[in-house]
Amino acid sequence: MSELTNLTIAAARAGLDKKEFSAKELAEAHVSAIEAANDALNAYVLVTPDRALEMAAESDKRLAKGEGGALEGIPLGIKDLFCTEGVVTTACSKILEGFTPHYESTVTRNLWDAGAVMLGKLNNDEFAMGSSNETSAFGPVANPWRREGSDDKLVPGGSSGGSSAAVAANLCMGATGTDTGGSIRQPAALTGTVGLKPTYGRCSRWGIVAFASSLDQAGPFARTVEDTALLLNVMASHDPRDTTSVDAPVPDFTASLKDGVKGLTVGIPKEYRIDGLKPEIAKLWDQGVEWLKAAGATVKEVTLPHTKYALPSYYIVAPAEASSNLARYDGVRYGLRVDGDDVISMYENTREAGFGAEVKRRILIGTYVLSAGYYDAYYLKAQKVRTLIKRDFDQAFEDCDVILTPTTPGPAFAQGEISGDPLEMYLNDIFTVTVNMAGLPGISVPAGLSGEGTPLGLQLIGKPFDEATLLRAAQSIEDAAGPLKRPENWWTKAA
Amino acid sequence: MQETVEKNDLLIAGETGDWEVIIGMEVHAQVTSNAKLFSGASTGFGAAPNSHVSLVDAAMPGMLPVINSECVAQAVRTGLGLKAQINLTSIFDRKNYFYPDLPQGYQISQYQQPIVGEGEVIVDLLDGTRVVVGIERLHLEQDAGKSLHDQHPKKSFVDLNRSGVALMEIVSKPDIRSSEQAKAYVSKLRTILRYLGTCDGNMEEGSLRADVNVSVRRPGDPLGTRAEIKNVNSIRFIGQAIEYEARRQIELLEEGGEVVQETRLFDAKTGETRSMRSKEEAHDYRYFPDPDLLPLELTQDWVDSLKSDLCELPDEKRERFIRDFGLSPYDASVLVAEKERADYFEAVADGRDGKLAVNWVNNELFGRLNKEGLGITDSPVSADQLGKLIDLIADDTISGKIAKDVFDILWTEGGDPAEIVETRGMKQVTDTGAIEAAVDEVIAANPDKVEQAKEKPQMIGWFVGQVMKATQGKASPQAVNALLKDKLGVEE
Repeated sequence: MSELTNLTIAAARAGLDKKEFSAKELAEAHVSAIEAANDALNAYVLVTPDRALEMAAESDKRLAKGEGGALEGIPLGIKDLFCTEGVVTTACSKILEGFTPHYESTVTRNLWDAGAVMLGKLNNDEFAMGSSNETSAFGPVANPWRREGSDDKLVPGGSSGGSSAAVAANLCMGATGTDTGGSIRQPAALTGTVGLKPTYGRCSRWGIVAFASSLDQAGPFARTVEDTALLLNVMASHDPRDTTSVDAPVPDFTASLKDGVKGLTVGIPKEYRIDGLKPEIAKLWDQGVEWLKAAGATVKEVTLPHTKYALPSYYIVAPAEASSNLARYDGVRYGLRVDGDDVISMYENTREAGFGAEVKRRILIGTYVLSAGYYDAYYLKAQKVRTLIKRDFDQAFEDCDVILTPTTPGPAFAQGEISGDPLEMYLNDIFTVTVNMAGLPGISVPAGLSGEGTPLGLQLIGKPFDEATLLRAAQSIEDAAGPLKRPENWWTKAA
Repeated sequence: MQETVEKNDLLIAGETGDWEVIIGMEVHAQVTSNAKLFSGASTGFGAAPNSHVSLVDAAMPGMLPVINSECVAQAVRTGLGLKAQINLTSIFDRKNYFYPDLPQGYQISQYQQPIVGEGEVIVDLLDGTRVVVGIERLHLEQDAGKSLHDQHPKKSFVDLNRSGVALMEIVSKPDIRSSEQAKAYVSKLRTILRYLGTCDGNMEEGSLRADVNVSVRRPGDPLGTRAEIKNVNSIRFIGQAIEYEARRQIELLEEGGEVVQETRLFDAKTGETRSMRSKEEAHDYRYFPDPDLLPLELTQDWVDSLKSDLCELPDEKRERFIRDFGLSPYDASVLVAEKERADYFEAVADGRDGKLAVNWVNNELFGRLNKEGLGITDSPVSADQLGKLIDLIADDTISGKIAKDVFDILWTEGGDPAEIVETRGMKQVTDTGAIEAAVDEVIAANPDKVEQAKEKPQMIGWFVGQVMKATQGKASPQAVNALLKDKLGVEE
C-alpha cells in the first residue's frame, strides 16, 4: 500500500482513470498510514475513516461512469480551521471543543464537489496563531524530518503544521492550509513540501475560522508544484458570500507549468539579505538565482525599502483583527462555557479556560493597539506602513515578474526550542509576512537541505492574481533542484 | 420659507434667571427591508424567538457579512429626503463590546465615514411657526438581539431575531431648544421616513427610538455639559424626559452643583431620568474598519436614479397645497403630516374647491375620526363619497348644514350622496316661488319683528332662521337672504 500513498495527485488521478486501483484502495491505504503514524506525528486531530471510505465509494461510482471530477478519489487532509459539515471543527482551541458546524466552508465544498475524499482534520496552532504548531490544544505535531543522527522531535512549522507534516509523511496526497503571515509557506519549507498562499481574494474565506480577516487566505499543500496547481484549480473561486473574494477568472494553473522561465525577469530584493542571515540560507538563495538564470530567466536586483517595518506592522494589524474576530467565542452560543456568578465572570472564566497563552497574548496586543489614545500610534500607523509595503511591491513588479527570496531564516527547530520566546518565534515570519501585508501570492518550494539534513525552501512572490507565473517559476526551481531526499520513515508503528 | 423662525432662542426661567436648553437627538430608525443588513434572514416582527436567525446573525465561526443593497438604497433615499450630502464612499467599522445579545462581540456600524452627511429637517410647531434642525449625519448599523431577563429565576435568555437588522442612526445637530421642538422634530422625521417608505416609524415595536442629548446654559454662554438619555421609545416620553432632565440640570447648577457627562435612562413610570453610567465607565469601543467588508462605493448615477424615483416629500407637498389649493400653511401642515391624509385630501380636492375640501377633510372628517379613535385608512367615508358630497354643496343641491346630515348618513350607513339626498328629500329648495311663499308667510306672521328689522338690520338672521325652519332646512340660504333683504328693505 505504501506505493499508493507515495503517488502524486497527478499520478493517482491518472491511475484511477486507468483503473489501476480504486478510490477505495487509495483511501484505505491512507487511512492505514494515518493509523500507523498519527501517534508519533500527531498530524491529525480527527480522522474520519468512515467518511473517507464513503466518499471514495462515491468516487468509484463516478469513475466507473466516466464522470470523475478533477480531484476524483484524491484523499486530502483538511486544516482544522476549515468548517466541515457534521465534522467537529475546533481551530485546535479548547474554546471550540466539540463544535460541529452545520455548514461546509466554500474551499472544502469546492474540493468535495471536484471529487476529493476527506481523510480528517489536521492539527494547527490554536486559531492559526503560531509558527511551530506548538500552541495547539491538541499538542504539538512532530516534523517527519529529524536532524541527522538525532531523535529529537522537530517542529513542522506553523500554523499549518499538521498539513505540512501529513503531506510530507504521505498521510494525505495534499492538504488545505491557511496563511495569515506565512502559515502555509513556512511549514512547507520546514517539511520539504510545496505550499502556496494565493492572492488575497483568490479563495473564499467563507467558513474558515477567522484569525486576521484582511490577511487570511486559504491555500494548498502538496508534494509537487503540479499537484499544488491541481489543488489551487479547485480551491479558487469567486464566492458572493465573501465580499473580499474576487470575481476574477480562474485559469488552469497546470497549463503553463512546463513553459519554463525563459523571458521572465526574477527580482531579488536586497532588503531580504538581512543582518545575520545564515550562510546556508544565503547559499540556498544564491543557488536558486543560479537555477533560474540557467533556465533562461533574467535576474535583477529590486528594492523593497519598507521591508523592515513589515513584521512589526504585521504584529499590530493581525492581533488587532484577531482581538475582534475572537470576541464571538464568549460561551454564550456554542463551544466551551465555564459558568460564573454573572455574565462577566462567565465570559472571564470561559475565555480564561478556553484560550491558550499565545491566543491570549495576541488578544491583549490587539485590544491594546485599538484602544482609545493608541489607535493612531499603532493601528493607523501600521495600516500606513502596509500601504507603503504594497507600493514597494507595485514598483518592484514594474521591473520583474516574480520575486525570489528564502522562505524562512532557518531550518526546522526542535520542539520547545524557542517556544518560550515569542519574539524569536515571530521572527520566523520575517520573509513571509510582507506577502500577506501586500495581499500577494507566494509559494514555498523545497530547494535543498540544511547542514542538519533537514529541508529548506525558497519563496517566490508573484503579482496579484498571477499565480500562473508563480507556479511556472516554482516548477522551474523544482526541476532544477531535482528529486529531493524524502524523510526517513521513523514514525510508522509496526502493524 | 418665510414663516421659518430665523433665530431659535427659546428660554426657560429658573430661580436665578433664564436658561437655554440645548437638545440634540440620535434617532435609530429600523430600515424597511425584507432581509437584514448583512444576512438573508427575515426582519419580520413578532416571530417566535430565534426563528429569524442566520448563521451570520448568530456569529458562527467563519461566517462573513454581505451587505444588503436594498438597505443601502433605503439609507440613500433617506439621505435624499433629508436634503443631505450622499457620500459615494463610506466605511463600515466594528464597534467592539461584549454583551450576550451581541453575538459577534462587535456591532458593524459606520464611524468616521458615514453614508450620509449633513442635511436638514424643517420642523412644524404647534403655533404654526417652523424651525430648521440640522442633520449632522446618517449611518447604517446593525441592531443587536434582545436579552430577556424575566423568563427564568437565575438565567437570562437571548432572542437574536433582531440581531443584524439594519438601523439608520440619524444624528441631529444641537439645534433643538425645547421639548416641544424635540417632539415635533421626531414627528417630522417620522413623517419623512414614512413618506419615503424607508422606516415604518412604529415606536411601539421599536422601529424608531431616540437617544436624547440634553444640556443647559445661560444665554450666550458656551455649550454646557450634556447628559445622554438612552432609548426613549415614544414621542410623549421624549418630551417628558427632556422636561425632567432640563429641570434637573438647572436646579443642580443653580444650587452650585455641576452636571456630569453621563448616560441616563428615562423611567416612564416615574417620568424621571436616572444615571446609568458615567463618562469614566463608558466603553472603549475600539472602533476600526471591518476587514470583512470593502469600502462601500456608490456611483452618482445610481444615487441619481434613486433621487428621480423619490416621491414628493411633505415639505414640497405642503408648498404645493398652499400654492395650488389656496390652503393656509396650518391646514397644509396638518394634511401632509400623514401621507395617507394628504392623498385622501388630494382625491377629494381633485377638480373641486380646495378650501371647501380642506374644511371637510380637516374639520368634519378628521374631527370624527379622532373622536372615534380611527386612522384615515379606517375612514368609513371614502374620498370619492366625500368629494361627491362636496359637489352637492357646490352646485347648491344641498346646503352646508344638510351636508353634515348627509355626511352622518354616509358615516353610519354608507351609500351614494346624491342618491341619499334624492331619496330622503334633502334637496335644497331653490324654487324661488316656494321660498317666496315661505318668506311672505313669516313676514306676515311677524309684523312687530318687521318693524324692528328696519331699525336693526341684524334681525334678518332671525327671519332666515324662521324660513329655514319652515322649509326644514332645504331652502337655499342665499335665496332666502336675498328675498328677505328685498322684502324687508334692509341694506346691510
